[in-house]
Amino acid sequence: MGERCAVIGVGQTRYTTKRTDVSIAGLVREAAIRALDDAGLTFADIDAVVVGKAPDLFEGVMMPEAYLADALGAAGKPMMRVHTAGSVGGSTALVGASLIQGGVHDRVLVVAFEKQSESNATWALSTHLPFGASLVVGAGGYFAPHIREYMRRSGAPDHIGALVAVKDRRNALKNPYAHLRIPGIDRAMVESTPMLWEPIRYLETCPSSDGACAIVLASEKAVTGTPAWIHGAAMRSEPLTRAGRETVSPQAGKDCAADVYRQAGVTDPRRDIDVAEVYVPFSWYEPMWLENLGFAPENEGWKLTEAGCTALDGDIPWNASGGVLSSNPIGASGLIRFAEAALQVRGMAGEHQVEGAATALGHAYGGGAQFFAMWIVSNRKP
Amino acid sequence: MPSDPPSALPADTPPAVSDPLEARHVLEFPGGYTRSTGPVIGRFLTELRDRRIVGVRTAGARVLVPPLEYDPDTGEAVTGEYVEVGPAGTVQAWAWVSAPRAGHPLDRPFAWATIRMDGADTSLVHAVDAGAAKAMRPGLRVRPRWRERPSGDITDIECFVPEVTMISAPVRAEYRVRPGAALTRFFTKIKDGVLLGGRCAACDQVYVPYRTSCPSCGALIEEEREVADTGTVTTFAINNLPDPRAPEVPFVSAYILLDGTDIPMIALVGGVPAHEVRQGMRVRAVWVPPEERTMPMANIRWFAPTGEPDVDLSADAPGGEA
Repeated sequence: MGERCAVIGVGQTRYTTKRTDVSIAGLVREAAIRALDDAGLTFADIDAVVVGKAPDLFEGVMMPEAYLADALGAAGKPMMRVHTAGSVGGSTALVGASLIQGGVHDRVLVVAFEKQSESNATWALSTHLPFGASLVVGAGGYFAPHIREYMRRSGAPDHIGALVAVKDRRNALKNPYAHLRIPGIDRAMVESTPMLWEPIRYLETCPSSDGACAIVLASEKAVTGTPAWIHGAAMRSEPLTRAGRETVSPQAGKDCAADVYRQAGVTDPRRDIDVAEVYVPFSWYEPMWLENLGFAPENEGWKLTEAGCTALDGDIPWNASGGVLSSNPIGASGLIRFAEAALQVRGMAGEHQVEGAATALGHAYGGGAQFFAMWIVSNRKP
Repeated sequence: MPSDPPSALPADTPPAVSDPLEARHVLEFPGGYTRSTGPVIGRFLTELRDRRIVGVRTAGARVLVPPLEYDPDTGEAVTGEYVEVGPAGTVQAWAWVSAPRAGHPLDRPFAWATIRMDGADTSLVHAVDAGAAKAMRPGLRVRPRWRERPSGDITDIECFVPEVTMISAPVRAEYRVRPGAALTRFFTKIKDGVLLGGRCAACDQVYVPYRTSCPSCGALIEEEREVADTGTVTTFAINNLPDPRAPEVPFVSAYILLDGTDIPMIALVGGVPAHEVRQGMRVRAVWVPPEERTMPMANIRWFAPTGEPDVDLSADAPGGEA
């Protein structure tokens, strides 16, 4: 793992459908300055800046890291951009952490964003090259068959997805930054919404959000304020087109989890982790990732969801913040998971704080479930 | 408010009436009334002619825009101190005019609005050229659009327009796309009604479409293999979200494991209602007749059920289970 590294500042914007009042630069600055304020620092205290976002086609800004360098106080400093599709927010945090763990820098500002209102993600994800058939429409069209296969294999009852959709949106009501606020949401409401990409219903999908998230990372000697210490950090990827590829519970996700648990000394994630922020953009991915991440045996993740184990008052709360299902500025969504995990162990999650949370998992996945990024943070120094 | 053209209907317009007991009657003082402005309104209009908006300060230190000779609340004379305001202002309230009349300042739908100029304590009434009613809201920031040749009249401001808050940024990248050698080979065979795969000798896995390197082990794939146009639906989505580039909804996009291959292809399932498609269903490619074949993949219209019994996927069927 190298040098010790901690999250000492977190900044988020209020996620919403359209932030027409700010430019992209204004949006990322809002998050960055809040993270610096949280750490009691200014741009002058930062050694390097790492930026993450989803494909350039989303905003049509080519190489946004070049445009945003001075907006993020990076003039004269190292600046880089990370890109691993939907998992990018998580990967960006891990690249930032590696600069400290490797002993290169003492303080790194990590920023991720998406301003989805500037175009349309489904359009940007479905460019339909010539010669092929145009069949997959957006992320939902891609993931729906894998959810169907999970349902078949596990024999999970049809309503499990709706339970997750309700739970995460109820959690969102406790998070002042969350995008979707649906007071009174219940299973009947979710089940009354139309199937977009069957078996995915409208209220079982994430929203399109504008927003940015930033964190300040510090080496041990540069820590200010309340640290969330990184105990494990791992990324994995796998090829999308490989014969026999396991698409319901990808091997890369299992390998990534095994690596991060080994580093953090986690042997039983359900027991050893107090709260998890996991990338669940479609409700059924909660039970699927419960299994992939080893919180439940194969084909039994849905039983934890059904029993309320992942609720805010359950034994292993998942997505206390409301998760991706409630806020989805795509490029930032992974970093928000990582940042919320840090907020929980810093005791700074406000109304959605899980009492006594000492160890938290941040998780992100991207592409066709082919990129994974995870970290484990704790209030204890490793 | 805006001084209308002398007459909405020119005097020489023939009366469009046929009833002999109905007549058109126009009252119009020739040349228009001569109205003296007095010093305060005169200053306001003179400044307008120079494309400035000024108000006047009251004894109570309020700034009246448009200015008056007196404080409307107390009746006292104003101070004589003129204050430049704006040029931007904020819409307080508005009413939409969807069918402008001849005397209106704009010939397209617009809003009448009360506008509080920056630095003013009262509001003026003017037209806002907002394009559509949904663009109007209290709090909207607006700026004047000036007439080309100001004359010292409230119509020197043609109308107000919203501030710039968004721009359109057209981005267009145009490419010439050519399939590589392997895909060209695959497409050539598709035109003949044959699905071409390739077998990785190292992994003993058959890939379709044909490719020359194994995505799993990286080895060169040297063995071409013609594969069946029949297969099994491993899983699928029913797409209900319309997209101009995709088939008409609802359409079924399915992972189909062609017989003798080890990786499923994504393809359209047709010839069966969407809700009758099943995991494990046996399907066969429906080819476009040879004389109609054009674009490579379009040569397969879709995959349709063969009518064979479903495959049991709960066994370790390749593609479904790893």
